[in-house]
Amino acid sequence: METLAPSSFSVSSTGFYGGFGGAFIPEMLYPNVEELRRNYLAIIADPAFQDEFWQLLTDYVGRPTPLFLARRLSEYIGATIYLKREDLCHTGAHKVNNTIGQILVAQRLGKKRIVAETGAGQHGVATATVCALMNLECIVYMGAIDIERQKPNVDRMRMLGATVVPARSGSQTLKDATNEAMRHWINNPEDTHYIIGSVVGPHPYPDMVARFQSVISEEIRRQLFAKTGRETPDYMVACVGGGSNAAGAFYHYLDEPEVRLVAAEAAGHGVTTGHSAATTALGKPGVLHGSRTILMQTEDGQVIEPYSISAGLDYPGIGPLHAHLFNSGRGEFYPITDGEALAAGFQLSRLEGIIPALESAHALAALPKMNLQPNNVVVVCLSGRGDKDLSTYVKYLP
Amino acid sequence: MQNRITRLFAQKSEQLLNVYFTAGFPSLNDTLPILQSLQRAGVDLVEIGMPYSDPVADGETIQQSNGRALSNGMSLKLLFEQLTDCRTGSSGLPPVTIPILLMGYINPVLQFGVEAFCQQCREVGIDGVILPDLPLDLYLTEYAPTFRKYGVLSIHLITPQTSEARIRLIDQASEGFIYMVSSASITGSVQGIDDPLQTAYFQRIQAMNLRQPRLIGFGINNHDTFQRACRYANGAIIGSAFIRHLEAEPVTASSIEEFVYMVRGQAILADAN
Ligand SMILES: Cc1ncc(COP(=O)(O)O)c(C=O)c1O
Repeated sequence: METLAPSSFSVSSTGFYGGFGGAFIPEMLYPNVEELRRNYLAIIADPAFQDEFWQLLTDYVGRPTPLFLARRLSEYIGATIYLKREDLCHTGAHKVNNTIGQILVAQRLGKKRIVAETGAGQHGVATATVCALMNLECIVYMGAIDIERQKPNVDRMRMLGATVVPARSGSQTLKDATNEAMRHWINNPEDTHYIIGSVVGPHPYPDMVARFQSVISEEIRRQLFAKTGRETPDYMVACVGGGSNAAGAFYHYLDEPEVRLVAAEAAGHGVTTGHSAATTALGKPGVLHGSRTILMQTEDGQVIEPYSISAGLDYPGIGPLHAHLFNSGRGEFYPITDGEALAAGFQLSRLEGIIPALESAHALAALPKMNLQPNNVVVVCLSGRGDKDLSTYVKYLP
Repeated sequence: MQNRITRLFAQKSEQLLNVYFTAGFPSLNDTLPILQSLQRAGVDLVEIGMPYSDPVADGETIQQSNGRALSNGMSLKLLFEQLTDCRTGSSGLPPVTIPILLMGYINPVLQFGVEAFCQQCREVGIDGVILPDLPLDLYLTEYAPTFRKYGVLSIHLITPQTSEARIRLIDQASEGFIYMVSSASITGSVQGIDDPLQTAYFQRIQAMNLRQPRLIGFGINNHDTFQRACRYANGAIIGSAFIRHLEAEPVTASSIEEFVYMVRGQAILADAN
């Protein structure tokens, strides 16, 4: 992992991206978060850590993941479209890049137990997987509604030895699972590490997770150069729930304004229907889960319960890096409805023989809206595979 | 005028009882009657919870009271309206003279506007604020001047895991009292405070000779635990146990008095007023 020179898009020493970020945490969490903040950069920079991280990414996760020229999709869209195949990672999504990194950090901090939240279950599975690998106890909080709609992943977590605890508060989805995981951490401050699954949470989580996911754009640069003779696409496209796959895909392009960074957010039934998770379209600055970010909230500052067909995007905030990308205009955000995502998922399945996760289908659905030109080179981060979503897809099979 | 919290601690240094309740719970208009009853029952100071959708430092009891208050239609704006006349007695009720703190999470305060919030606090007579997810560092760098301008104290928490250096910093940089969380936990998740590790923590803090008075909270639920806490601090804070009482009993002056007397270990005097 290369470290980038500080830029206006890297995190400040106090954990801010522009006006977003920070660590708005109760005092009960301060020692844990502070321990992590003090140590994470040195731990990651340690050559022994780097060796083990890369070895596991190579031999266990199966990296590098391919960069695939999607010919029939390119023809249909009218531009050159490459797919970064994070769906081919072990466990089926990019989430494992982060859990490998964090479990190695947790080991070096002497932690005995791991707690995590999960929405689609991909992060939960990726966490349960590395906990099995490293023989650490694993507790995963998951919204009761998500437990219903992502059942295969619940079964996988159980098979991997994790305890899955339903979060029954609030909307019973990702936000509430995150609340419960944070409460668990407060109750177990000494021996437990919280593996957050996206570039959200208090500093240093957004930066740490972005660094672990930055392998995505590091590989894209190399692979794109080998295929086209240039390291930079015209557009980098990714879906944003909390924003970890997007942060990883954008990371090594943040300071190259000629690469346009496109984020697809979940509009649910439609941005203005009251059933949406389109955070930048609907949100305002606020504090959620330990950082100041853009947040869907009422005028009174109560968090609005989001909705999306995709459990991994069903979150009322975005990571502080993305809030900064949005606010500064560096990132372009497209709201994608459930219907548009489903259609893009069916289309990729038929055109390329790849069934994408519903989350990733949101990124694909942005392509027709981007006014692409025939000479444009576009990379889409295909963050995960659609096996977990089959029961949803088949209900809408055209 | 001197802040009521500061004045209270200057006058009384033992057996202080601070009771938490959620604004707008169990019913929307219960805020003021509960406040009045607590004062009448002899509570030294109160913490009024500003309900929030995602109270991460709170356990189920307070979470549910927050949820119910929100569905009753509670908001910060309404809370300030409810409290408007509480200090003057112009509402026909006896004026509230005990210190009042607001306790809640930072986001509703940010949306209200920090300056507008502090200004409203001063107007209705709020003496201090407890915002657990506003850590000391961010408070000092971003918000302290505004709080000071309006004479609103920001109360900060310490836990068994807080380092000595940080406790000293909190002691120096904040004002009013220090909120000692009795154990590593969210609210309502522990019953009692008699673990030997907790005693060691209480004694360790006691021996630090801090500038500020201390109140112990989390796990205080009856006379026994209240007395235990009072051995090591200036008093204690009761939250979840009172919320459970409000859930189980009608919101009447006598039922609230009964609860407070139970905690104090006082016999109920026949119509003391
Ligand atoms: C396949 C896939 N893509 C994307 C996401 C959204 O997360 P993030 O925005 O952090 O990449 C998830 C979350 O569960 C996921 O499973």
